[in-house]
Amino acid sequence: MTPRKRRLVFAAGALAALGVATTLVLNAFEDNLVFYYTPSELHSGKAPASRSVRIGGLVEAGSVQRDPGSTLVRFRVTDTAVTLPVTYEGILPDLFREGQGVVAEGRMDDNGVFQARQVLAKHDENYKAAEVTEALERAAPHAAAVAN
Amino acid sequence: MLPEIGQFALALALAVAMVQAVVPLAGAARSNAAWMRSARYSAFAQFLMVAVAYGCLTTAFITNDFSVQYVAGNSNSLLPLYYRITAVWGGHEGSLLLWVLMLAGWSVAVAVFSRHLPLDMSARVLGVLGLVAVGFLGFMIFTSNPFMRLFPVAMEGHDLNPMLQDPGMIYHPPLLYMGYVGFSVAFAFAIAALLSGCLDATWARWSRPWTTLAWVSLTCGIGLGSWWAYYELGWGGWWFWDPVENASFMPWLTGTALIHSLAVTEKRGTFRSWTVLLAIITFGLTLLGAFLVRSGVITSVHAFATDPERGVFILAFFAVTIGLSLALYAWRAPSVGLGGGFGTWSRETLLLVNNVLLVVAAAVVLLGTVYPLAMDALGAGKISVGPPYFDTVFAPLMLPLAALVAIGPLVRWKQDLPTRTWQQMRMTAIAALSAAAVWPLFYAHWSPYLALGLFTGLWVVLAIGLELHQRTGLRPAGLARLRPSHLGMHAAHLGLALVVIGVGMVKSYEVEKDVRLAPGESVDIAGYNFTFDGTYPLPGPNYMADRGTVHVTRGEETIATLHPEKRTYASKRGMPMTKASLDRGLLRDLYVSLGDPLDKGAWVIRVYYKPYIGWLWAGCVLMALGGLLAASDRRYRVRIAQAAPAKGKLAMGRT
Repeated sequence: MTPRKRRLVFAAGALAALGVATTLVLNAFEDNLVFYYTPSELHSGKAPASRSVRIGGLVEAGSVQRDPGSTLVRFRVTDTAVTLPVTYEGILPDLFREGQGVVAEGRMDDNGVFQARQVLAKHDENYKAAEVTEALERAAPHAAAVAN
Repeated sequence: MLPEIGQFALALALAVAMVQAVVPLAGAARSNAAWMRSARYSAFAQFLMVAVAYGCLTTAFITNDFSVQYVAGNSNSLLPLYYRITAVWGGHEGSLLLWVLMLAGWSVAVAVFSRHLPLDMSARVLGVLGLVAVGFLGFMIFTSNPFMRLFPVAMEGHDLNPMLQDPGMIYHPPLLYMGYVGFSVAFAFAIAALLSGCLDATWARWSRPWTTLAWVSLTCGIGLGSWWAYYELGWGGWWFWDPVENASFMPWLTGTALIHSLAVTEKRGTFRSWTVLLAIITFGLTLLGAFLVRSGVITSVHAFATDPERGVFILAFFAVTIGLSLALYAWRAPSVGLGGGFGTWSRETLLLVNNVLLVVAAAVVLLGTVYPLAMDALGAGKISVGPPYFDTVFAPLMLPLAALVAIGPLVRWKQDLPTRTWQQMRMTAIAALSAAAVWPLFYAHWSPYLALGLFTGLWVVLAIGLELHQRTGLRPAGLARLRPSHLGMHAAHLGLALVVIGVGMVKSYEVEKDVRLAPGESVDIAGYNFTFDGTYPLPGPNYMADRGTVHVTRGEETIATLHPEKRTYASKRGMPMTKASLDRGLLRDLYVSLGDPLDKGAWVIRVYYKPYIGWLWAGCVLMALGGLLAASDRRYRVRIAQAAPAKGKLAMGRT
């Protein structure tokens, strides 16, 4: 092989490798994008049933119930227009409180219950997650403006 | 009074930084030696001013001066003294001051240790560092003044975030900033070289120890951060692919590439333009990191309060700096020349592939980190990128990289034969492969991915042994003659191998269980029995804790008694915090944390079995040690002393 030919083969190989890598990366990226929905949007069936989504809202006061025999927790998340029942198995984050904002990741089951795989409430008490603020605004722009 | 002095010192520092930026660069352009010499004095003066400001803020914290807004927001009179000192960098403004202090410190170090450099080179380097300092000092003075007074004066401080009240917090941010800021020095060297147009092996040799030191600090900072998150956040995670972690990881990846490409530039004179570009990119990523953390675009334990003005300032700073650097690069780089050629199978080629892999890895992390922010900014909806994305994409990039680490040091510069490499290495490859296939059999299940990870990790270890054997016959006398930089390389590579093995093992075999336990009840995981013995109240200096007792046994053998806590910080309006308790070991950690209290003294408890997790941090320590060894090599000083026959210790060191 002449040096010129060898360089050509080298470049072609590199390009092919780059192409394959890009495809794989974008594929993995696409598969792991988690879209965000408000309880209202979820309720109206906007979210795809096939993939994991995030929801945000306030934990409804008095809605947290623990299963006596296991680590199962039930609570309701509201954006003031629609209230969504959520179940979660495991330990809730330290900053999870009734009446406070929460973001949950998981999917809807057939009974209209949101099965959370992960619950997030990691910001401090005087700061609201952007997702939560947005959920409240989308549901009731005026109410959210007053609440803030 | 002191806060005003601090503020005044900051303003002076900004003025001095401007002088440091303008005068030496102008001097270098016009060959005015006096102007160029001024760079050193400006650097000293700037450091002095920033140090005074830093001292003033620290004093305000120690004396509980709650008339300063930043102190009131981040400290409390009940806070122990050492945390009051570290609380200085517990919030945005103070940590920025620390950042600037580090930058001034690096500049002084450059000023002190660059006496042997040509005057125009050191002047340009210090001038560029001055420009960077102008940016950060301006950012602090105009958007984030730590000395802002509070009126009316607070009676009591709002307290330091409880998660930051930990020994890990004392070291993590300073080391991380040392690393971040250290890459400004590598950047300054690159820009100085572009400006002067003399971009050769000598330049690479000057730049190498600085870049390596910055990389060492960043490695320590990231490692400590991960270690801290592991035990302090209470939930056993050691890497979350959180945007802020990514912000420090991206410059680490490109910085690692930079170290290797600098080696090629120094030894073989090639890769010059690429090296300069990498230095610019790495510095750009540190600025991007600053933007991500300080603009409020993301929420996490690290993110500071939201203030769009700050985001705009950093983004503008970022755009101007990187835009100008790239413009300079486009103008100057074509004249740099290519340097020596190299064959298809040579160490240069392997290092090139190493660089490509590292940069692609950084790009992949960048995509996952910035894409959601961009979508949100464009109003295209809120999305997040799940950690599985990073995991799936990262492993296939890192495994070939680890294999390269095994092969690279045994391949000759310029030209080698693949067959020769194969003959040398086949025994090690076979040995590593067999060990990797057998090792997982001692654990729960066998997976090809893990076997591959173990193979590359073990292969690196064996290849290091092979290289040392070839070079020294493994005789003590031979080993002692090895250059520190050579040993440093092996130490860092060994560290990487440990990390690869540790990550593989912990990802494959960790066991996590959330379980409801009443006092006296127990749970079994991975052959260990955890018996919960209830909790009792335990008051701390500025918190109340429920302290649990968990006895761990294995068969008849008592392993440990763990005391996880759930703390409530009164000063933070009852903010709770989970304090995990660990039993650490060489081959595994056991980890217990208290979740939520239930009725009748029962708790939801999380127990973990984490095999080989300690290897991760041992690996980081080795990498850092390797970097230190490499940077300490006398070669960097000796040859320079040859080039510029100089005075005092340097010359004496040669005899």
